[in-house]
Formats: sequence, C-alpha cells, structure tokens
Amino acid sequence: MPADATDFDSAGRHGRVLVVDDDASLAEMLTIVLRQEGFDPVVCPTGDAALAMFREHRPDVVLLDVMLPGLDGVDVCKQLRAESGVPIVMLTARGDTVDVVVGLESGADDYMVKPFKPKELVARIRARMRRFDEPAPEQITIGDLSIDVAGHDVRRAGESITLTPLEFDLLLCLARRPWQVFTREVLLEQVWGYRHAADTRLVNVHVQRLRSKIEHDPERPMIVVTVRGVGYKAGTS
Amino acid sequence: MRTLKRLAIAPIRPLINAWQVSVQARVVFSTLLLGALVLSLTAWLLLTQISTGLVDSKRDTSLAQAEAVFSEVQEDLDAAGDTRAPPAESTITGIINSLASRSGSPPAYVVVLSGPLGIEADAEGVRRTSMQVSVDSVPRDLRIQTREQSGTLWTYTTIDYLDADDQASPGDGGIRDGAGIAVGTRLQTPGGEDEYALYLLYPFVQQEQALNLVARAVVVSGVLLMALVAGIAWLVTRQVVTPVRLARRIAERFATDRLDERIQVKGRDDIARLGMSFNQMATSLQRQIRQLEDLSRMQHRFVSDVSHELRTPLTTVRMAADVLHDARADFDPATARSAELLQAELDRFESLLIDLLEISRFDAGAARLELSEVDLVELAHQVVDAQRLLAERAGVSVRVLSRSLCATAQADPRRVERIVRNLVSNAIAHAQSRRVEVIVAADDQAAAVAVRDHGRGLGPGEATQVFARFWRADPARARAGGGTGLGLAIALEDAQLHGGWLQAWGEAGRGSQFRLTLPRRAGDDLRHSPIPLVPSDLSVGRAYSTTAPPPAPPVTGSPAGSPTGTPGGVRS
Repeated sequence: MPADATDFDSAGRHGRVLVVDDDASLAEMLTIVLRQEGFDPVVCPTGDAALAMFREHRPDVVLLDVMLPGLDGVDVCKQLRAESGVPIVMLTARGDTVDVVVGLESGADDYMVKPFKPKELVARIRARMRRFDEPAPEQITIGDLSIDVAGHDVRRAGESITLTPLEFDLLLCLARRPWQVFTREVLLEQVWGYRHAADTRLVNVHVQRLRSKIEHDPERPMIVVTVRGVGYKAGTS
Repeated sequence: MRTLKRLAIAPIRPLINAWQVSVQARVVFSTLLLGALVLSLTAWLLLTQISTGLVDSKRDTSLAQAEAVFSEVQEDLDAAGDTRAPPAESTITGIINSLASRSGSPPAYVVVLSGPLGIEADAEGVRRTSMQVSVDSVPRDLRIQTREQSGTLWTYTTIDYLDADDQASPGDGGIRDGAGIAVGTRLQTPGGEDEYALYLLYPFVQQEQALNLVARAVVVSGVLLMALVAGIAWLVTRQVVTPVRLARRIAERFATDRLDERIQVKGRDDIARLGMSFNQMATSLQRQIRQLEDLSRMQHRFVSDVSHELRTPLTTVRMAADVLHDARADFDPATARSAELLQAELDRFESLLIDLLEISRFDAGAARLELSEVDLVELAHQVVDAQRLLAERAGVSVRVLSRSLCATAQADPRRVERIVRNLVSNAIAHAQSRRVEVIVAADDQAAAVAVRDHGRGLGPGEATQVFARFWRADPARARAGGGTGLGLAIALEDAQLHGGWLQAWGEAGRGSQFRLTLPRRAGDDLRHSPIPLVPSDLSVGRAYSTTAPPPAPPVTGSPAGSPTGTPGGVRS
C-alpha cells in the first residue's frame, strides 16, 4: 500500500486523526508518531469533550481509549456513531473478550490492545482511511438491495440505508462475488486490510451489526448468510 | 443362583429399602419386633398360669365330688342287701343311671363302672358307661392302680367319646373329645366277694372354654397394643426425625450455593440446639466463602487494574523506544546500541507482562473458555505454517502427520492454538536442527496433538518440571533461547481448563514428546489418549541398541489423568 496514496485524501488534505485519551504522555507520544507518519493529530483529553471536538475538526479516523474519566469510550463511540460513520479504532488495555465485544458492538470498526507497536497502529489507521480507487459507476444488486458503488449508497425500494464505510465495504465484498464463500480470515484481509490479524471476532461483530441494518429479520438472515464452519456468503435470493 | 436370590428378594425390596433409608421405619420396625416378643412371652406366661389354676381347681372340686359320690355309692351298695350273691344287674344299672341323672346337663362327668374284677390284671369284667367312651378314656395305669389300691385315685386323661360330634363347638354344650380328669375307686359288694371299679371322668369343657376366651382376649388386646406401640414409636421418632430431615434439606440447599438457608429454631431442646449449631456453622461457612469470593474478586480486579495501569505507560515507552530505534542511524554508536537494546528488551518485557497477566488470570479463576468446534489437523497446519520462518532460521524441518483428514474437538480455538504454538516453538528451539513432527489423531472420545523433537531430550524428572513456572531446561543458556519461562505453565493451565491433559515425555539424547489430549465433547472425562505418550518410533530405536536402558517412565504433567498410552497409535 503506497504511503502517499493514503496520507492524503482526495482533497489533498492530510489524514486527520482525533486522539481521545486521558493519559497525557501517551497522547503526546501518539501525536509525535502520527505526525511523523504524516497524519494530522488532534488530542482530546476527556470523553465529554470528544463529540464537540469531532464536530469541530471532522477527523478521518478517531482513536478512542476505552477507559476515560467521565464519559467512557463505549459511550463516546455510541455518540459518534449516532451522527457519523467515521472509522473508529478503540484502544483498550484489556484484551478480554467481553471488553472487546462491548467495544465493537458500540460501533468501533477495530480495536487495539495496549501495548501495541506503533507501526501496527499506523497500518491500521491507514487501512481505515484507505479509499478504494475512484470506483467506476457500478450498480450491484444483492437480495432486494441495490448498491451504488460510486455513490457509497445502499437502497432498498428507493429508501437509503445508512451504513458505515466499513459495513459498506463488507457488504460490497460479499455482494461482488455472490458465488464465493468468504472465510473470516479472507474478509479480514479484504475488508479490514490485515494480513495477520488473528481476531475473527471483528468479523462476527460487524456481520451482526450489518445484519441488524439490512436484514428483514436479523435472526434469520437472507442477505448475509452464515456458512457453518466456513464463513459468510451473500444470500442467493 | 444369583438371579434366584434376586427373585426371592424382589417382593421385599421396598421393605429393605425403607429399612436402609428411613430411621423412622427402622425404629418402628424394631419396636414392633421387640414388642411382639415381649407380648408373646407375657401372653404365654399368663395363659399357662391361668390354665394351671383352672385345672387345679377343677381337679380339687372333681376329687371332692367324686369322693362324696363314691362313698354314697358304696353305702348304697352296702344297703342293697346282705347277700353273697352278686348284685343284680338292675342294681348296677340303677347306680349308673342315678349317677348319670345327677351329673346334670350337659353331664359334669361320665360314669364308667366295670366289674366284677377278675383275678388277672386286665380281667375287668363288664364295662358299663353312662356315655359311650373308648376304653382308653380311663388310662390303663389308673385301672391297674384301682385294682391294687383302695381309696380314691385320679389321673389326667383324654376323654374319647365314641359317638362324639366333632363338629360341635365347645361353646354350645355339645360333647366333644377333650382333656379331662379320671377319678376312680374300688367298690366292694356287700359280701366282699366281688369288686367293681367305678370311674368318674370329668371333662375340662368349661375350663377350656374359659381358657379360649382368655386367649382370644389376650391375642386381641396384644394386637391392639402392638398397633398402639407402633403408632407411638412412629409419632415419637417423627418428632426426632422431622427436624433432622429438615436439617438435611437445608444442608442440601446450602450445599448448592444457597448460602442464606437457615434452620428455624424453636424452643431450647436438643433439636433446637442442633439447629442453632447448624446455623452457626452455616454462618461461619458463609462468611468464609464470602471472604474468599471477595478475595478472588479483588484479585481479579487487581490484576485487571494492574493490567490497565501498566499497559498504558508501557505503550508510551514502547512508542518512544520505536521512535528512538527508527532514528538510531543518526546516533553515536553507544546511543544507537542502547536504542536497540531498549527495543529488544521491551519486547521481552511486554511478552513477560502478557504472560504474567495471563497466569494471574488463571490463578484468580477468571479464565473462561469460549468453545467452538476446532479441527486440530487444520490448526496444526496453521501453527506450523506460521512458524515456518522460525523453523527455517533454526534449520529445522517441521512436518504434520495425521491419519485422518480432520480431528475435531469442542475447545477454545485461541487457547488451543496458543498451546500448540508454544509446543511447536519449544520443539523448534530444542530440536538441535533435527526434524520435528507434529502428530494429530482422534478417536471417539479424545483428540490429541503430540509434538515430537529429536533434540537433547529431557533428563530424569524433568518431564514434570518443564511445566513449572520459570523453569528452564538449561540454566546456562537460559536467556538466549528467549521466551518468558511461563509458556508451558500457561499451556498446562489452558489444557486443564479444557479438562484435557498436557503431558511430556523425554529421554536424554532421544528427544522429547509433548502431548496435548482434549475431550472431543467439552466436559467429558478423559480416559485415554489416541496418541501414545512414549513415541511409537522409539521401539525402532530400541531395536538398534538393545543395551540401552528402558525409557524413563512417562510422567504426567497433568494431575487429572494417568498417561495411558495406547500402543500402535500413529505411525510416524
């Protein structure tokens, strides 16, 4: 992945990262590293101020610590999700499944367990900022949904369904090859952009979130179908 | 034979069961048994006494009456005439008739008159009776005595009526065979020429009736008394057993984690004190359990907090070190080297911290399984692929050997992967550039992965020590090999969390084998492993060197199971 293609968005602006972390040293260190990598970091020390800062700076990615004084990361994540599909990467000190799943279910696209390697963090931020090359105008139909690839828009019977970029990518990945069953590992690579990330819980949680938005009955999914013991595929109907 | 016995027991099985299970049943039954024994003894004594008394009094009155009758008859006979001739038949008949008519109805006695008596012992002459009775109703002994002695003689006898109506019940006055008393005397004709024997047979009809009446009363009252005793025993034991049963129920509930259960204490008797003691015990247990729970929770919290508190600064340090490391080209050699060392040691510090936190999570009992269907064959291939680079660097070839295409088990994939990864990387580190084999096999109950290396092996006793925390095979080269020293300890905890085994075998110079065995269905007990702990290829090796000592006995690293290797498992 060429660095120069991802450090700037289509407007030529530096990727802006909102860092929400109460630990001053870590926040400063993150600022240094991100700046070195060509990002434009903004630090927010409390959860309460996060939403205001987000509205003010309109970042391309949010780095969100789970443990925050006042409003904690999970609540902040829900607030942000309520008004934006901005990629959110959670920073957590606990790798326990419960913490991770709670974070992901509140709307985070990805998470990193402290202590992490700076290079990995940067790789993940880039993966989240990655935009597909200006896509050709393309219309894909999956089930009773129609996907406008260029317009990043999913419609059912003319009605637009709001998806985060990650959810959109996930749906698109499945819809483009309806004959193929995707393993969780393949999805991690194609949608999240990781080669070695072992955590397939990311996929599980996001498939659940996607289903809750696009399925008529999320309990009996028809569009994103589970293939037992293998992974997921697009529904045929 | 045994089935016969079982058949014989079958109908009384519920009784045996009640005897074994219920104290109440046992007490009631024992009381009944002993009560019946005492009552029977009492009844027997009572009836014996009464019957003796009745018979004695009957004998006395009979004798008195008989003597009166005898003297009367003798007088009558004497008065009949002073002739030498034998008394007229009419006189004899008259005597009998008059005696019979005086005996009342039903007759109080039977008259037997025989004579004249002959010289020979059994020459009795003509027998005349007021009623038809057998000869033996007057016992022979009495007959002989009567001939030889004068005066009134008596004996007990059985009166045997020849025209007896056996159907007649003793109550309705009918005649019936039965016990009685025979009284006899010798009569002399006035001339003294002839002698007659006169017997009166008194039956014990009334006495028998009375005795029957008493016996019936004794039996009826005995049965009633037994019922009463049983009822009393049942009530009394109930008083004791009910609180005991209540206590048992409470204790059972207490045992199923309902720690708030207490016995309601009423009064101040022994039962109440039992209840009080039980409650005190429960309270004290509850307190201790709560304390332990609190401790465990605190420990868990503490670990979690430490984790968070340590991880955040470590992240900062890590990032700072990375920045320094990346910029080391611009530093002077000493600073540059320092940056490198800082970087390398931070890696170690980090993995040590992660392992320590993992261990303390096990210690706090906070580790939880996330079960899914795991294919050990696929998992082994994944692990080996991921370690390929490490293996190549060490000059070790790693092969996966499995007979079947898949070996699935219900397990936590992350933990199992961690165990296998640990075993494989250990094997590579100790393989001394020789080959490493990963063997996978499964049967109906268990699935197993064994990792075999042909390196320096394990010394005696080391097969258990390897699982100790911070244990190192070779203290001299400890640090060079890397690793935290906690890998196998964590692997063992992971295996035990699954209810599985992690065991080691090793012999100096022959390499070692680590075997993970998991139950195929979570929660099942393991009984054996599909892979022998001592490698099957060793038998080949033994054929080469017959002088070599036998392999060290396999030592289990898991307290849960015994290393029962099934021979001829997987050929490698």
